[in-house]
Order: sequence, then C-alpha cells, then structure tokens
Amino acid sequence: MTELLAAPGTVMESGEDISAWDTIKRGVAISPELRDGFWGTVLLALLGTAGRVVVPIAVQQTLDHGLKGQHGVDLRFVVVMSLIAAAAIVVTGVSSYWMTARLFTSAERGLATLRIKAFRHVHDLPLLTQNTERRGALVSRVTSDVDQVSEFLVFGGVIGIVSIGQVVVATLIMLVYSWQLTLVVWVCFAPLFASLRFFQQRLSDSYAVVRRMVGQMLAVVSEPVVGALVVRTHAIEGRTQARIDDAISEYQIASTRAQGLTAFSFSLGGVSAGLANALVLIIGIWLGQGHLWAGHLTSGDVLAFAFLVTLFVSPVQMGTQVLTDAQNAIAGWRRVIGILDTPADLDDPGPTGVQLPHVPLGIEFDHVDFAYPGGPLVLRDVNERIEAGTRVAVVGETGSGKTTFAKILTRLMDPSSGSVRLAGHELREIGFGSLRRRVVLVPQEGFLFDSTLLANALYGDLAAGPDDVSRAIAELGLGDWLAGLPLGLETRVGQRGESLSAGERQLVALIRAHLADPDLLVLDEATSAVDPALEMRIGRALELLMKGRTSVTIAHRLSTAENADEVIVFDRGSVVQRGRHADLVAQGGVYGRLHGSWVAQQSTT
Amino acid sequence: MTAETAIDENLLDPSRATVMDGFRVLKVAIKREPWIFTLSTLGSVLFGALTVADAWVLGWATNHVVLPAFKHGSTTSGLVWTVIGLFVGVALLRAVGIVARRLGAGVMQYRLQAAYRREVTAQYLRLPMAWHQRHPTGQLLSNANADVEAAWAPIAPLPMAVGTVAMMVIAVVQMLLVNLTMAAVGLMVFPLVTLATLTYQHFSSPLFTRIQALRADLSEVAHESFDGAMVVKTLGREAEETERFAEKALQLRDLGIRVGRIRAFFDPMLEAIPSLGVLGVLGVGVLQIRHGTANPGDVVTIAYLLTIVAFPIRSIGWLLGEFPRSVVGFRRVHRVLDEPVTTTYGDVRLTDDAQGASLEVSGLAFSYAPGQDLFTDLSFAVEPGRTIAIVGETASGKSTLTTLLTRLVDPGAGVVRVDGTDLRDLAPGELARHVALVPQSAFLFDDSVRDNIALGEDVPDEDVWAALRTAQADGFVAALPHGLDSRLGERGTTLSGGQRQRLSLARALVRRPRLMILDDATSAVDPEVEARILGGLLRSGRGSGGAGSTLVLIAYRKATIGLADEVLFLDHGRIADRGPHAQLLARNPAYAGLVNAYEDAREEQSEVVGD
Repeated sequence: MTELLAAPGTVMESGEDISAWDTIKRGVAISPELRDGFWGTVLLALLGTAGRVVVPIAVQQTLDHGLKGQHGVDLRFVVVMSLIAAAAIVVTGVSSYWMTARLFTSAERGLATLRIKAFRHVHDLPLLTQNTERRGALVSRVTSDVDQVSEFLVFGGVIGIVSIGQVVVATLIMLVYSWQLTLVVWVCFAPLFASLRFFQQRLSDSYAVVRRMVGQMLAVVSEPVVGALVVRTHAIEGRTQARIDDAISEYQIASTRAQGLTAFSFSLGGVSAGLANALVLIIGIWLGQGHLWAGHLTSGDVLAFAFLVTLFVSPVQMGTQVLTDAQNAIAGWRRVIGILDTPADLDDPGPTGVQLPHVPLGIEFDHVDFAYPGGPLVLRDVNERIEAGTRVAVVGETGSGKTTFAKILTRLMDPSSGSVRLAGHELREIGFGSLRRRVVLVPQEGFLFDSTLLANALYGDLAAGPDDVSRAIAELGLGDWLAGLPLGLETRVGQRGESLSAGERQLVALIRAHLADPDLLVLDEATSAVDPALEMRIGRALELLMKGRTSVTIAHRLSTAENADEVIVFDRGSVVQRGRHADLVAQGGVYGRLHGSWVAQQSTT
Repeated sequence: MTAETAIDENLLDPSRATVMDGFRVLKVAIKREPWIFTLSTLGSVLFGALTVADAWVLGWATNHVVLPAFKHGSTTSGLVWTVIGLFVGVALLRAVGIVARRLGAGVMQYRLQAAYRREVTAQYLRLPMAWHQRHPTGQLLSNANADVEAAWAPIAPLPMAVGTVAMMVIAVVQMLLVNLTMAAVGLMVFPLVTLATLTYQHFSSPLFTRIQALRADLSEVAHESFDGAMVVKTLGREAEETERFAEKALQLRDLGIRVGRIRAFFDPMLEAIPSLGVLGVLGVGVLQIRHGTANPGDVVTIAYLLTIVAFPIRSIGWLLGEFPRSVVGFRRVHRVLDEPVTTTYGDVRLTDDAQGASLEVSGLAFSYAPGQDLFTDLSFAVEPGRTIAIVGETASGKSTLTTLLTRLVDPGAGVVRVDGTDLRDLAPGELARHVALVPQSAFLFDDSVRDNIALGEDVPDEDVWAALRTAQADGFVAALPHGLDSRLGERGTTLSGGQRQRLSLARALVRRPRLMILDDATSAVDPEVEARILGGLLRSGRGSGGAGSTLVLIAYRKATIGLADEVLFLDHGRIADRGPHAQLLARNPAYAGLVNAYEDAREEQSEVVGD
C-alpha cells in the first residue's frame, strides 16, 4: 500500500508485530470469558489425562502378570485390573465431556465478545482509517480470522492441555521406575524442544502471511462483485478473473508453505522418539550392570520403561502439532487485536460530554486548518460564524475545500488546528450521541442497506413508524414518486440501494435525514442526481422544514445559492467571499465567475 | 459446471445429509486429485507399516539384545549399534511417511480449495447483474471462503484415515487368524464406532447447516455495515449496527456451544470404545484360557493389535466428524456453481470502422417484477454519429434503459440493435469493444490511475493522458503525488465524487467506443468543468472517442441537453416527445417545466423580490 494516497499514520494496524505471548495476554484481556473456569477445566483435563495413562498400564499389567502368572491365569488380578481400567475409562470419559463442553463454552463466548468489540471498533475509527483497509479484508478480520482462533481454542486447546498433562504424568511415572532413564528420554527430546523455538518463529511468520493472504483474497473477490457493472460494461472479466486467480494462488502457496513447515517440524518428534527408544534399551542394559547408582534394575523394569516411553512420545507429538496450529490461530488473533489497537482518534467524550440543546445551532469556525496527514493544507485559516437559524450555501470549485468543511463541521474529521464550536460548545466536547442526533450530514452518495425503503428511512429515526415515513415523504413533496413505486414503502432497494437509481437513492437519504429531525442539516450535493423540477420542489420543501433551524448546503447548482440567506465562497481552501447572493454577484470575483457560467448553462435554449 | 466435477444428484439435495454424502464429497475430491491423494495415502500406509515395525523392532531388541544382556551381564557393540540403527532407521522412514502424508494432504486440500474458489469466482463474473443484486457481497465472500474451506475440511485427516483402514485390515486379518471368538469380540469395536459416528452426524448435521448459513450472514452484515460506514457515522448508528452484528455473532456462539456439547459427548465415547474392546477381549480371553481353548499368547496378540488400531480409529472419527460441515459447505458452494447462466452470446463481430455505431430500439418491454412494467413498447433509433439526449423525471426509467442498451439486462420483449445486430447475437466481449457506458455512480478499483483507465489493456501513456484531458481529469491526476501511478484506494475513496466521475469517463474514452452512453455521468462535476468536458467531447469528433461516434446523454442540465442533436423525452415508460431541444421547449409544457425548473425558480424569486 506504499503508493496509496491515504495518509501515513491513519493506517489500520496489522497487529503483526505483537509477540505471541502478548497476543494471548491481550486476547484474554479483551475476552475475559476465556478465563472463566479455566482452572476447573485444567483440573478436569488432568483427571482425564490420568485416566488415559492408567488404562494402558492396567492392560499392560494384566497381560504381563495376570495372564502369564506363575500359576496360569490369575483371575483375581485380571478382574481387579479390568475394574481399575473400566473405572479409568469412565473417569476419562466423564471428565473429557465436562472439559470439552466448558472449553467450547468459554471459547465461543470469548470469541463472540472479541468479534463484537472489533466490529464496533471499526465503526469508531476515523473515516480516513476505515478507508485504508479494503472492505473484504476488514470483513475477514471479524469473520475468518476469529473463526481460526475459535477452531484452535476448542480443538487445539483440548489436545494441548491433555498433552501437557500426559507428558507430566508420564514423566512422573517414568521417574518412579528410573530417574536415569527418564533423563535419557528428556535428553533425546531436548533437541526437539530446542528446535521448537526456531520452528515457531518460522511458522509464526508463514501463518502471518497466510492470514494476510486470506484478507487480500477476500478484498480482491469483493471488489469486482461490488463493481460488477464496470466489469461487465467494459468486458474485463478475463483480467478480473486473472487478478482473483492470482490472489487465490498466493493464498494457496502461502498455506502450502506453512503446511510443509508444519509437516517437517512434526516429523522431527518421531526421530527423537526412535532415538529415545534405542537409548533406553541400551543404557538400561548398562544400568542393569549397576552403573550410575542404578541399584538392581531388572530386564522387566527396562521393558516396562520402554512401554512408558510410548506414553510420553504421543502427547509430545500432539503437543508440537498444537503449537503449530497455535501459530495460525495467533496470526488470526493478532489481526483482530490489530483493529482494536488502531486508535479511534475521534474520541467520544461519552456520557460526560456536552448534550446539545434542541434549539437552532450557531456555528463558529475559529482559525481552522486542515491537512490530511502528510499532505498539504486543504483548509486554510477558516474563520466563520454562522448564525443559528440561517440557511447558508457553500460554493466553490471541485477541490476548493467545501466537502472538507462539511466533514469537519459534522465531526467526521477533526481539524489539524483551530477549533469548531456548535451553540458555543467545543465540538470535541459534545457527546457523540447528542451530536449525531442534532447534526445530520447528507452526503452525495447516499448509502442504502439491502432492505426495504421503509427500513432505510427509519434508519434516520428508529422510534418512527411507517406513518411518520409517509408523512416525511409527503412533506418533502415526494408523494408522487412514492405512489409510482408498485410496492411503495415495501420496495426492496437492493445491494447498496442499487435497485434504485442514483437520484432515488438521494431521495431516500433525504427522507432519512428529514426523519432524523436535526437542528443542523448539512447537505453535500445531496440532490445532484435528481431532476431539476424535483430538486427545486425538494429545495422549497426543505426551506419550509428547516425554518428556524440551521442548514448548510453545498451545491454546484447555484440555484441553491440564489435562495440562501448567505453564501460562503471557497477557493483553494480559503473562504474568499461571503454575503448575500445578489451582493456577491455584484462583487464579481470567484462567485461572479461561478455564477456567470451557471447562468450561461441555464440560458442555453 | 465442468464435466470433471459432475456429481451425484443426491448430494445436492439439501433435505438429507448422510454419511454417504460425505463420502461422495470425498469421491469428488479424489477424482480431482488422484495423484496427490495416492502419494499422501502411500505416506500414511508407510507410516502405519512402520508403526507396526516399531513394535517388531522392540520385540526383536528385547529377545535378542536386552534379555541376553541381562542374562549374561554383557552385550556387544555390534548389537548396540544394530539396535540404534534399527530404531533410528524406522523413525527416519516414518518421518518420511509423515511428511508425505501431511504435506500431501495439505497440497491436496489447498489445491481443491483454490480450484473451487476459482470456479466460484468465475461464476460470480458470469452471473448476470440481476443475480448480483439479489446476493449480498458478504454472502458471496463467505461462499468463496468459509464454505469452500468447510467443503474440503475432511481432506486433512483423509490420508491418515485411509492409512488407518489399511492398518486395520491387516490387524483384523491377523486377529481372525489367531482366535475367532476373541477377534469377534474385538471387532465389535468397529460397528460401535460407526454407530456412534452416525448418531453424532444425526445430531450435529442440522447445527452445522445453520452455522455455515450464519457465518455467511455474519459476513454479510459486516460487509454491508463497513460499506455504509459513513452513513453509520453520520447518523450515529454505531450501537445499532453493533447490535445487528452481535445478534448474528451471538447466535453463532450459541450454536457453537451446542455443537461443542455434542462433540464433548461423542469424542470421549469414540475414545473409550477401543479401550472397552480391549477389556472385552481380556475377559473373553481369560475365560477361553480357563477352558483351554486359547493360550495367553493369543490374548496378548489380539489385545496388542487392538491397541495399535485404537488410536488411529479416532482419525476415522475425525474424518467422519468433518462430514456434516463438509457436505453443507459443498452444497452451499454448488448452489452458486449450479446457478444457470442464462446470458447467451452469438458470434457476430461488428466492423471496426471509425464511424459511429447506429442504435435501434424496437418494441422494448421490461419489468423488474411481474405486473410492474417499466417499459411496454419502447422504440427509437439513433443514426450513426448523432448525439441524443434522453430526458425524464427521476425514476422514469432512464438508468434502466442504459442497462438494456448495454445488455446488463436482457429485455422481456423487443430488441436492441447496434449496427443492425441484436445485442444477443454479438460475440462475447464484442459489445464492450464498441459500446461504452459511463454510469451515474463511478466505481474505481483499488489500483493505480493508469490501471483504472486502461483496465489491463496495453494503452500507451499518451492515450491515457489524452483521455484524461478530454475528461478534464489531467489537472488533478498530474497533481497526484505519483501521477498515473498513484493508487486510488478501494473504490477511489481518496478522490471526490466529481474526480471519480471524470476518471470513469476517461476510462470509457480511452477505449474509443463507437457508441457512448453517459448516464448523468458528470452530475458531480462543476458546471464550468462539465461544459468544457462536453464541449471537448463534441468538438474533437467526440473527444478521443473516434470521429463521429454516436453519443447518448442522460442529462438534466440545459447546457448538456442543448448539445444534443435531438432530445427524447421519456415519460412513464414511453417516449412522450422527440425532437430538437428548442422545439420541445416550445411545444411541450411538461418538458419545459422539467428542464426550466431553475430558471423558473429564479424568475419566481425575482418577482418576489421585485414585489
């Protein structure tokens, strides 16, 4: 993303530089449910582990002593051992059940919390930051990355705990037989344990790539789906498919590479095991000769020990497997935590913030500068007061700073320096809840949700009902339009509202804003795609509706300016003119020129 | 659907999900990747054989080295090295088996995933716009990601399971050879494992179906919500959006917990069954020894064989455990793959002359839903090189008409012809070579300016600049930090609406179309700039669109409409009037009312002021 025009410092955190241990600590802190009943689960795991070790030992004992005893079958011994084994099976089963159920519960709960927190945080991020990560990739962070963590916690978690328990129990039992041989086994596995660190680093790197590739793949898949129209009208299916295929292949290659590393690191455990088996027998023989304070180690002891080694080996192998899966999960976890680590620099003062009164709002811009991080100034020393209850039009050429002005006024961005006040209150000190209720911005491209027209309108006021929506539509003079829709308010608007035309989407956005009943309404080219007659009708309706409230309208159709109480003219980031339309026309200057070309356009007959 | 993936009908019937369906999915997988499957299975068999060999080495070392050594108090270094050699040799070979098995399984799984992802995304590109409007992006992402992943999840444990089956067969034959009765008891393990697995499937399958659907829902909510992040912010609906997402996330959580409970119940059972089998064998064995029908060695052998297969049997459990999720994912993917692609093409190619194309619409009918006719019988023609403006109220069907003219949708009846050829008879890609649509909402890719204009074609920079100049976009592009190489961010979020529209226009111009359709494509551009754009378009032989290319403008601004040779006034799905702008203004009050709205308003106001 090096050449992306987005500013440095506003980029979404990848999370890739958080250490594994910190990831887990942070992850648990974010999802405290993961800690719930953790020790109980561990206890159950150990109980199950003990059972798992007892069963084979009991069977082994039965075979060695019960069946081949000195007087034939020792029935008593067989029965006792079988009962012990059966009891162990039951204990293992019951404790495994509880352990697994508990793990699933706490993992699923914890991860739901993680997902929801991360999702919420995305919405709390500044607009600029949201735009630095592609939607598809962002979606992968709250879906597939979290799934990865959950899959690991519930499966890897179980096996991991059991394996560690089994290694401990096996080691303890081995120690009872012979501390010397136990040492031999551990020495044989030492290189494996030592190499784990090396492999873990490699695995961590390759799984970080894998997770990133998932995000990239989803981003590349979602783009042409959203831009289906462009792909079709320019018949670039081939090229688009090639790009998707590349992303799919990159993901495939990254996954395969990680898998190769996994397989290799896993196979090492087997080599250690073979070596351990051989050395236990050989050193056992040597110890049997009385070396190393071994006392009277018998052949039976050595063989029993060889059997114990198998109890030690399989959990070690499972454990290395779990560590591998853990790297994949941690890579996913990091990416989700990365979202939460990205600063939401537009801080909501929260409940302590100022609550705006329900009155017309006056606006003051006090020496406001704005620059995108690392970029030139796009607003330069803007000093304007807009009286409460006035209708102001903001005009200027493309790139003159009009939209930036609107975004700062509605606190979608904070100024680089200077301050903005609404009704005398510093904008930063106003609680978001209050600000968003009292101040509404209608952008040029009104985004609609894939639902009905009604539901989209109600987005402006959740407490309203269908009647309120119908009334709002009538008040805006859109009754005819609504009547022309066969399904009326129940019309489905499609993906992003694309079943409607751009003009109709703007109408819905306006209805939404009207329902929201703001004290300050900011319209940023909000009717640019609507036909002139309708635009004028809406304009007149809004005039009535906004009477006594403050409105700021950005438009390049200067008809708006002609009707406004006052016009503010932007040019290259500064306010260059301000006044009533007629006075500004008389002044000439930038406004005179803009107006001249507007009139020239209209007079074409 | 390609022939190689032709699959059993039953598999796609959503009303049933049986273990057999899981096997059918595996069959598809093995058919597609037979060689890698064979390799990884061989690896697994090697691993299994060496696991048995390991036990044999232990036995050999016990009898030939350990026991004699304890008896005689010494051993030879030759024997010592043999023991080490045997153990390590077996271990190394086993490592080879492991790598072959696991890497093989991984390669197979990822290849299948990649192949299905390619197919499913290719299908996205083939399916018509109407289908896309019905299917949320988030759902489609989930199909391509989570569902494909679920479908091929059983591939990971597959080679191990097949290897286990091989091992089991050997073990079973050996058991049967040793002692029939004890073998029969021991073999009870297999039907019990099967029964447990089937029961597990029965309970978990419906949950997995819902989980996969919920995953897609979750992805849908997330994608839409992030897509509309600006609206969410401006209306302060973060809490409500989080609520919407949380609802799905919590449902997913609860289902996950329920699956966990079921799994928690069956997993220990699958683990316990082989152990119980061993106990059963011991019991029967003891009785048989007492009756003299078996000797202790037989019991040891059978118990040992059963222990060897006890652990691997679980790998079969894992395999079968993945089946419900796999079948569900497979079906969800196939629902997309099997969607019929109704768009058909002919093989007609248009001549490549520099002249504008002719456009003819006759008897066009279209409706979005039954009974909601937008057009019933629309006919008009545009001669080559002419410029027409289509004017009509908001929601009068103008944008729909542009989608019909560019075959984004096919009409219900009637026909659209370019150069006298029905659009449906054109070869694939041919329409786009001659006709360009510049839509109302400009869509840009997260790519460089150059790539957004050239769209992968090899266009010289001069041509790109020429197109940018005509679209009045050269100025701001030159001012970008990297000029043509500047990246625009997803959907060009770094640019203003007017800038996006101009790049979108340049993209059409650079292809030198013979028919260009501008759907209010400069609505976000300043009037001054717009006038320059349109002036340039017409003056220089329709810009770089080639001399005399045909132009269809959808517009409201009088300056724009005034440039057209002729105006079509669209009202309620029919052409209410047609003729030069001035004539329509004079004779059609409805038309005049629409396009003169600004002037009328101004006059009205000056009257008020004048009072």
